[in-house]
Amino acid sequence: MKPAPFHYHAPRSLDECLELLARYGAEAKVLAGGQSLMPMMNFRLARPAALIDINRLPALDHVALTDGVIRVGALVRQRRLERHAEATARIPLLREALALVGHPAIRNRGTVCGSIAHADPAAELPAALLCLDGRAVVKSRRGERAIAVEELFRGPLTTALEPDELLTEVQFSIPPAGAGSAFLEVARRHGDFALVGAAAVVQVEAGHGVKSLHLVVFGAGPGPMRSPKAEAVLVGAQATLPRIAEIRRVVSDAVKADSDLHATAEYRRRVAGVLAERAVTLAIARCAGKGVA
Amino acid sequence: MGAKYFGASVRRKEDPRLLTGRGRYVDDIVLPRTLELAFLRSPHGHARIRSIEVRRAASVQGVRRVLTFEDLARWMKPLPIFAATPPGLAARVKFETKHAPQYAMAKDKVRFAGEIVAVVVADSRYLAEDGVDLIGVDYEPLPAVVEAEAATRPDAAVLHEEWGDNIAVAFQHAVGDSEAAFARATAVVRERFRVQRYAGMPIEPRGVIASFGAHDGSLTVWSATQVPHAIQQGLAGILELPVHKVRVIAPDVGGGFGTKAYWYPEELLVSLVALIMNRPAKWTEDRREHLLSAAQARDQLHDVEVAADHDGRILGIRDRMWLDMGAYNTWGTALPWNTVAHLCGPYRVPTLSVDVKAIVSNKAPNAPYRGAGRPEVVFVVDRALDLLARQLGMDPVELRRRNLIRPDELPYDLKMPYRDGNPLVYDSGDFPATFEAAVKAADYQQFRAEQKRLRAAGVYRGIGVSSYIEGTGLGPYEGAFVQLDLSGRLVVSTGACSQGQGLETSLAQIAADTFGVPLEWVTVIGGDTQMIPFGIGTFASRSAVLAGNAVATACTEVRRKFLEAAAKFLEVAAEDLELGDGQVQVRGVPDSAVPLGRVVQACLPTHRAPGVAQPSFEASFYHHVPTVTYANATHVAQVEVDPDTGAVKLLRYVVAHDCGRVINPMIVDGQIHGGVAQGIGGALLEELVYDESGQLLSGSFMDYLVPTAMEVPRMTTLHMQFPSPRNPLGIKGVGEGGAISPPAAISNAIEDALAPFGIRITRTPVSPSSLVTLLAEAERAS
Repeated sequence: MKPAPFHYHAPRSLDECLELLARYGAEAKVLAGGQSLMPMMNFRLARPAALIDINRLPALDHVALTDGVIRVGALVRQRRLERHAEATARIPLLREALALVGHPAIRNRGTVCGSIAHADPAAELPAALLCLDGRAVVKSRRGERAIAVEELFRGPLTTALEPDELLTEVQFSIPPAGAGSAFLEVARRHGDFALVGAAAVVQVEAGHGVKSLHLVVFGAGPGPMRSPKAEAVLVGAQATLPRIAEIRRVVSDAVKADSDLHATAEYRRRVAGVLAERAVTLAIARCAGKGVA
Repeated sequence: MGAKYFGASVRRKEDPRLLTGRGRYVDDIVLPRTLELAFLRSPHGHARIRSIEVRRAASVQGVRRVLTFEDLARWMKPLPIFAATPPGLAARVKFETKHAPQYAMAKDKVRFAGEIVAVVVADSRYLAEDGVDLIGVDYEPLPAVVEAEAATRPDAAVLHEEWGDNIAVAFQHAVGDSEAAFARATAVVRERFRVQRYAGMPIEPRGVIASFGAHDGSLTVWSATQVPHAIQQGLAGILELPVHKVRVIAPDVGGGFGTKAYWYPEELLVSLVALIMNRPAKWTEDRREHLLSAAQARDQLHDVEVAADHDGRILGIRDRMWLDMGAYNTWGTALPWNTVAHLCGPYRVPTLSVDVKAIVSNKAPNAPYRGAGRPEVVFVVDRALDLLARQLGMDPVELRRRNLIRPDELPYDLKMPYRDGNPLVYDSGDFPATFEAAVKAADYQQFRAEQKRLRAAGVYRGIGVSSYIEGTGLGPYEGAFVQLDLSGRLVVSTGACSQGQGLETSLAQIAADTFGVPLEWVTVIGGDTQMIPFGIGTFASRSAVLAGNAVATACTEVRRKFLEAAAKFLEVAAEDLELGDGQVQVRGVPDSAVPLGRVVQACLPTHRAPGVAQPSFEASFYHHVPTVTYANATHVAQVEVDPDTGAVKLLRYVVAHDCGRVINPMIVDGQIHGGVAQGIGGALLEELVYDESGQLLSGSFMDYLVPTAMEVPRMTTLHMQFPSPRNPLGIKGVGEGGAISPPAAISNAIEDALAPFGIRITRTPVSPSSLVTLLAEAERAS
C-alpha cells in the first residue's frame, strides 16, 4: 500500500496552482485534506501523475457569512466548520451533518470542499449542500464560475468540474429564520458512510401550513437526491400525520439504489422513506414554535 | 507464598512504554543497509500459473532482486504445520484426514487470492511495490470453491488434486443413544446456522525483519508472532542450521488473537532474502495484505437438532457441521475437534451425535482465532436453546436453569476426549452460580417487565443470554528460566510472549510474590529464543496457566538457592531466615536485614577468598499439564432494535465468568472487554466476504468493519473465582473467553427484541439490512 510514483507540487499562489492544473489537466489531483485521495493512491486505485497540494494557499481558508450564504473556502477543515459557532447557529443542519462525517481525527484534516469535490454518493456534505441550495465556486486559468448544486453532482465520484478547475469555495444558503431542519442517517458504525440518509429543511407558516420543504436522500443512488414529489406532498398544505406518512411512500418509490456488501437495494429503498419521514417530522418539530399538526 | 501482588490490580509494567509510543514493535527495528520486500500476491482465487515474467520488474531502479518459486526451489519445503492429532484423540475418534503442503510461494497453482507468487527485493518498500506492479504472470483461472457444503459436491473444483475431493477432515462421533433420545422427545428444534468468516485484526499487522551474521552463520529474526520457538525450529529445519544458530524474537507485539500463531510464508521468505543477499531484510504487512493473506477464522455451517422433554430438559443434540478451513488446513483436526468438544458447554447433554466435515476452499487459510470453534458452536447451541424455549413457551433463562450442570455433579465426565487426547472432564466451577450472577447483574426480571411496557410504546428491547465452558491452559508445557542479577533483581524468561495483554505484569506479580521482592525488581522477557531454549508460545488461553505456574516453581527454586547462600552469609540456618521486600533477615531481627544484592555479591570469589557460596542463582522449570482446566462464563446482552431501520443499539453487556484465581483483576477485565469487543464484531459487523470466483470483497477497513469504541457498550464484569484443582496456583485461562458468547447473546437479544414480529436469526453478522430483510419476509408470511 504505497502509491505509484507521482510529481508533487505545492504552489504558493492561486495563479501558480491554476497554472499547474492547466498544465496537468486530468493527470493531476488536488491534495487538501487527503482523507479520500491518499487511501486511493495507496491502494494504487488512483495514480495521478501529479499532486497539487493547496495547503500553502491561505487565501482559501475562509469561513464568511455574507448575502444570506455561508462561504467556505477550499482549505477549511470539516472540524473547523463544525465548531464555527456563528455558521452552525445560522445553519444547524451543518453541525448535525458534520458530526456524522468520519471521526474527529478525520474531520481535523478532511476539508468541506474536498468532500464535495469527491462526491461520494453516501457522503454527508454533498447531501447537506443539496439540501441547503448551495453552490460551488470554481476557478481556472480561464476564469471563475459558479455551479449550482443541482448541476454539480454528475454521478458517483463525478462532478461538473473541468480537469483544469479548482473548487475554491462552496456556499451554503442560510435557511429563513424560523425554519427547522434535520439530518439523519443509518450507518453500520458511527462515522461510516451512510447506508442511507435523509436531510430536510422546512418552513412552516402559522395557519398556512408548510411554506417550503427541501428534502434530500443520500446513499441511495448515484448521488444525493432531492425529492420534488415528496416535497410537493407537504408544500402549501398542513403537515398532517397522514401526509408526512405519504412522504415515506413517495420517497421509497423514487429511490433507485444498488446493493452492496452492507445493504441491499431494497433496504435502501425502504429505509430512505423511513428516514425521509423522520427527518421531515423532526424538522417540523424544530421549526420555531411549530409542532406537527 | 505471600500474596502482596497476586490478586491486586497493579498497574501494568508495560504501559508506560506502550502508551507513550516507546514500545518496540518489529517495524521499529531499524538495521543499517536493510532491504525491503514486497510480494506479488495472486489476484485469483484459483488459477494455474502458466508463466511468470520478471524482467521489467527487475529493471526498476532500486529493485535488487525478483524471486520466484524456481529461484528458491532449494528451500521450498512444506512449511511447518501444527496438525498432528494427539495420540489419545486419534485413538478415540476415527478421523479421516488429508494434508497438503503449503509452500512459501505458490507452486504451479494459486489456491487463494493473496497467495504469494513472487518476491521483489528493493531499497525501499515503495520501489519494491513499483517492481511488483511490473511482474507479468500468465494465469489460467480455474473454477473456485467458496462454500463449504458445495465444496463436497462431486462436481466441485478440487484444490489439491491428489486428494480427489476437498475434504480435509471427516469424522463422526456419538455419545449415548441419540436415536432413542430423539424418539422419546416431546420437543425437537431444527435449524441451519451459519457463522461467517471473520478474523483477528491486531492493530499491529504482521512483520518480519531478519539479519544473517555471515561471520558466525547465525540468523536473527524478529517477527510479530505468538510462537517464536516454533518459528525458530521451523527455520532451523528448512535452512539446515543448528537450532541455536537461529534466534527468533517476538518484541512488543500489538495483538495476536491466534492470527499470529501460524507458520507464515513471509517468515521464511524474509529470512531467505537476508541469507542470500547478506543484508538485513524486512517486510511490514499492510492492512490490505493482512485482510488478504493473514490467517482467517470461523466460517462454519451447522444443521443442528435439539431434542428435549416437556420440561425443557435436553435429551440430545445432533449436529451436522461443515468447517471451511480455507486453502490449507495447517491446524489439522484442532478446530473441528475443538468445536465438537465445546458443543455441550455447561449443559447436561445426555446424548450427542456429530457428523463433521472440514473442507478446503479458495480462501486464505484458517487458524484458531480467539475462541477457536467455541464462538461458532456456542452460537449454534445457545441459539437453538432459545428456539427450544420459544417452542415450549418457556423463558429462555428458565430453560437454561434446568439444564445447567450442578456443582455437585463435578468433576463431570463428558465421556469424550479433549483436543489434547485426554478425557474431557470438567474440573471445577459452579455454573449455576455464574449464570445466576450474570442474570441478576443484568436485572433480568426487571428488564422483562420494562420490556413489556416499552413494547406497548413501540420501543423494542431484548435480552439475550449465552454461557460457555472453555478448556484453557492447553499443554503440554511452558517454561520459565529465572535468574538473580548482581543487584538482587530478578530476570524471568519464558517461552510465552505477551501480545499486549499484560503478561509481563501478571508473571511479574507471581515472581515478586514467590520470591519476596518488589514488583519493579522483576523483569519479564518473553518471546526470545535466546533467553530460554524451549517454548510453545502464547495462544489457547494458556500463558497464565502454564508460564505462571512455571514462573512460581522456578522462583521457588532460585529462592531456595538464595536462602542457602544467605544462611551462610548471615551464619544462621536457612529456616531462620525471612525474605521480603527485597531484603533478607534473621526472623524477628530487623537489624540483621541485608539487601539481596549484598548476598549475591558476597558469593562472588575475590583474589583473597572464594565466595560464601556458589553464585548460582538461577533455575528453570518447565510446567507440564496433562490436560486443560475449564473456565466458564455467562454473558447477558441487552439491545434496542429499530424495526424500521434494523439499527441495533447495545444497551448493556454483563459478563460473569470464572477463570479460577485472578492474578490481576484489571488485566482480566481488559481481556474480557477486548474479547467482547471482538465478539460484538462477530455478532454485528465483521465479515470476510468472498465472491464466487474467490475474490475477497471486504479487502479494506471500509468494508471489513471492526467495532470502534462507539460500538462497544460499558460492561459489567463479575469475577467468580473457583480455583482450578489442576495447577498449584489455581489459575484458569481467560484470554479467549470474552469473544465466545457475544454472537449468541446478542443474536438472542435481537431476536427477543423483535419477538412480536416472529423473525429467526440464523446467521451472523446481524446487519441492519439483514434484519429488515427478515422483518419484510415475516411481514409477507403473516
